[in-house]
Amino acid sequence: MKLNKNTLLLTSFLVALASTPVVASEQKKESSLNKLKYELQQLKQEYKNKIAELEARLNDAEDSNDETLETVEQLSIDVSQQGNQKAANTFNPGIGVILNGRYVNYNDHFDYNLPGFFLGDEVGPGDQGLQIGESELNMSANVDDKFFASSTIAFGDGEVSVEEAFLQTINLGNGFKIKAGKFFSDIGYLANKHTHTDDFANRPLPYEAFLGGQFGDTGVQTTWLAPTELYWESGVELYRGDSFPAAGAGNSGLGVWTAFSHIGGDIGNSQSWRAGLSYLHAEVNDRENDLGNTFTGTSKLSIADFIYKWSPNGNRANQELKIQGEYLSRNEQGIFSDINLANASLDRNQDGWYLEGVYRFARQWRVGLRTSKLSSDNLPTQFNGSFLDGLNHSPKQHSLMLDWSNSEFSRIRLQVDNNNLNGEQNNVWILQYIAAFGAHGAHSF
Amino acid sequence: MKLIKRISVICSVITFCHINTVSANINVFTCEPEWQALAQELGGDKVTTFSATTGMQDPHQVQARPSLITKMRNADLLICSGADLEVGWLPVLLRRASNSKISVNKPGYFFAANHVKLLGAPKIIDRSQGDVHAAGNPHVQTNPKNIALIAKALVKRMKTIDPNNAAYYQNKTDNFLARWKQAMRKWKKQVRALKGSRFIVQHASWDYLMDFGKFEQVATIEEKPGIPPTSGHLADLVNQFKNNPADIIIHAGYQDERASKWLSKRSGIPTVTLPFTIGGNDKATDLFSLYNDTFAILTNTLKSKG
Repeated sequence: MKLNKNTLLLTSFLVALASTPVVASEQKKESSLNKLKYELQQLKQEYKNKIAELEARLNDAEDSNDETLETVEQLSIDVSQQGNQKAANTFNPGIGVILNGRYVNYNDHFDYNLPGFFLGDEVGPGDQGLQIGESELNMSANVDDKFFASSTIAFGDGEVSVEEAFLQTINLGNGFKIKAGKFFSDIGYLANKHTHTDDFANRPLPYEAFLGGQFGDTGVQTTWLAPTELYWESGVELYRGDSFPAAGAGNSGLGVWTAFSHIGGDIGNSQSWRAGLSYLHAEVNDRENDLGNTFTGTSKLSIADFIYKWSPNGNRANQELKIQGEYLSRNEQGIFSDINLANASLDRNQDGWYLEGVYRFARQWRVGLRTSKLSSDNLPTQFNGSFLDGLNHSPKQHSLMLDWSNSEFSRIRLQVDNNNLNGEQNNVWILQYIAAFGAHGAHSF
Repeated sequence: MKLIKRISVICSVITFCHINTVSANINVFTCEPEWQALAQELGGDKVTTFSATTGMQDPHQVQARPSLITKMRNADLLICSGADLEVGWLPVLLRRASNSKISVNKPGYFFAANHVKLLGAPKIIDRSQGDVHAAGNPHVQTNPKNIALIAKALVKRMKTIDPNNAAYYQNKTDNFLARWKQAMRKWKKQVRALKGSRFIVQHASWDYLMDFGKFEQVATIEEKPGIPPTSGHLADLVNQFKNNPADIIIHAGYQDERASKWLSKRSGIPTVTLPFTIGGNDKATDLFSLYNDTFAILTNTLKSKG
C-alpha cells in the first residue's frame, strides 16, 4: 500500500512534472497569438482611421481646390462676360438678308386671271423664266428699354419697297402691346407672315383674291394677351387705307380697321394648335385696276383660320406634320364702273378657302399638298358680260411641293400648281431657292 | 384691371380657359428641363416651374408656339441656357409675351451660360462652318460642376425676386450644394477611371463633358453643327478609325441615332445614347439621376470594352 501510495505520488508527480510544461507552454502560445491578433487589430484600426483621415483630407483638399478653381473661374467669367456683351453688340442691330429666286414655267397661252374677282397688283406667278423674286433686307433691334423696332426693305428687279417699318412696345405689362408704323396685319394666319417662311412658293387663291397676297399698310395696332392658361390673344388695328383691298386712304386717312382673336395651345408634348377669327373693314376710294375698272365703296372680309402641328415627342427635327386651313368670306358694296357700265350699284358676296398639309419625312425633306378654291354669288343681270362676270367659273388650284433644306438657312423647292381658274387646265412649274444670312431668323409658329 | 377681371369672370364661366391662379411665389419659365429641375431644387414649394422643351426635343428647333407665349406672359423668372442656343425662338417669345418682369437685364432674366466658363467659341464665325454659336458652346449642363456654379448665381436672383423667402431659398440651396458635393466626389471617382477615353460625338454638344472627364473628343458625326452627316464624311470616319479605333460613340436621347449606329456597325466602336438632359431617358428624372445614369452608362461601356 505504502509503495502503492508512493508510486501513485511519484507517478502523479512525474505526470505533473511531465504535463506542466506542456500546459504552460500552450497557455503561453495562446496568449501571444491573442496579443498578435490584438496588435494587428489595433494596427488595422489605426490604418483605417489614418486612411479615412487621409481620404477626408484629400476630399477637403479637392474641395478647396475646386472652390479655389471656382473662384478663379467666377472671376474669369465676370471678366469674360464683359467681352461677351461686346460680342453681342456686334449683332445689334440684327441684320438679316433673305434671297429668293425662282424659275417659272407654264404654257405660253396661260393667262392668270380669276374671273369675277377685282384683283390687286402683285398676284399670279409673274413672267416665265428666271426671276430674282422678292428678296428682303431686315434690320431690327431693341431701341431702348421700352421699344423694339424693325424695318424690312423688299427688293425685286428694279423695284425697292418698304415692306415693314414699325415700332413696338416691349414691356407695357399685363399682356398689352402697341405697334405703330407700316406692318403686316395679324388677321388670319398667313397675313402677317413674310412669304419666304411659307410652305409653298405662292399664296393660296383666297389670299391672292381678297388680300392681294397679304395685307400690310401704315397703321397702329394694339393687342392683348389674356392671363389664361390657354393662349388667347386679341387685337384691333387701324390703317391708313392705301393698300388693297382698300384704296385712296378713305375716312380721312383712317380707311381700314380690323379686329382679331386667336386661341391656341398644346395637346400633350406632340401636338400644338391655333385657331382664330378675324374681320377687316375697308373703305375703298376709287380702286382701279390696269384695265381701267374702278370700285368705290366698302369691302368687308371675315376670316376663320386654324393650324395644327404634330411631331413625335414634339421633336420637329426629323418628322413633322402640319395641317393648315383658312376660310375667307367677303362682301363688297359700292359703285362699280367699267367700259360699258357707269356707276353701277354693286352688292356682292364672294368666298374662298384653302387647306394644306405639309409633312417633313426626313431631316432635310418636306412634301406638301394644297387645295384652294374661290366662289362668287350670282351677279345682277346688268353686270352680265362685265369684268365682274365670273361666267359661273369657280377658280380652283391644286399645288404639290417638295423642298430640301441643307440647313436651317437654305431651301430649294419644286412646286407644281394645277390651275383650273376659268375652265381651262394649266400647270405652272416653279423652282425656287430661299437663302437667309445674317441675323438668325425667328421660328414663328 | 377692371377689364382683366371681367374677362377672368367670363373665362371662369368658360371652363376650358381657367385663369392662371399662381399660388407659388415665383412662376418660373425655363427653356430646358435641366434648369426646371434646378429651379425646383432651389425653390422647393415656393416655385412653380415649366420647361419649354423636354429631353426628347432638340432645343435648337423649337417654335414660338402659342402655349409658350402664354406661359412666358405669366412668368416671374426666365431661365435659359443662353449663348444663342435659343436664338431662333426666345427673342420672338419675349416680344410676343411682352412681360416686363423678364425683359433683358431684369432680375427675372437669367442665362445659365453667363455664369460658367464657355468652351468652344469658334475662331471663325461663318455659317459655312454650320450653325455656329458665336459666344461658345451653349450646352453647359453636360459638366456637373457647372450646375453648382449656376445654382449659386441663380439663388441670388430668386432672393431678389422674392425677398420674403430669401432664407428659405438659401437654405434649400445650401442643402442642394452639400448633396451635390457628395455626388461630385462619386462622379469624379468614376470619370477618373475613364480618363483619356476617346469619344466620337454626334453633335458638338458635349464639350463640357469632355472637359469634366478629361476625355478626348476625336471626331463629330455631324461634320458641321446643324447640317446632317453626309455619307462621305461617315465613310471617312470608318477609315480614320480602322486602325486606331475610338473608345465610344455618344449621342443625345433626342438625336437621330441612325448615323451613330451605322458607324458603330462598320467600325466596331460601341455606341450609347446618353440622356443629355432630364427626360433624355427613363432613368434621368432629376439632376442627380441625370449624371448618375450618364456616368454609369459611360463606365459600363468603357470598362466592358477593357
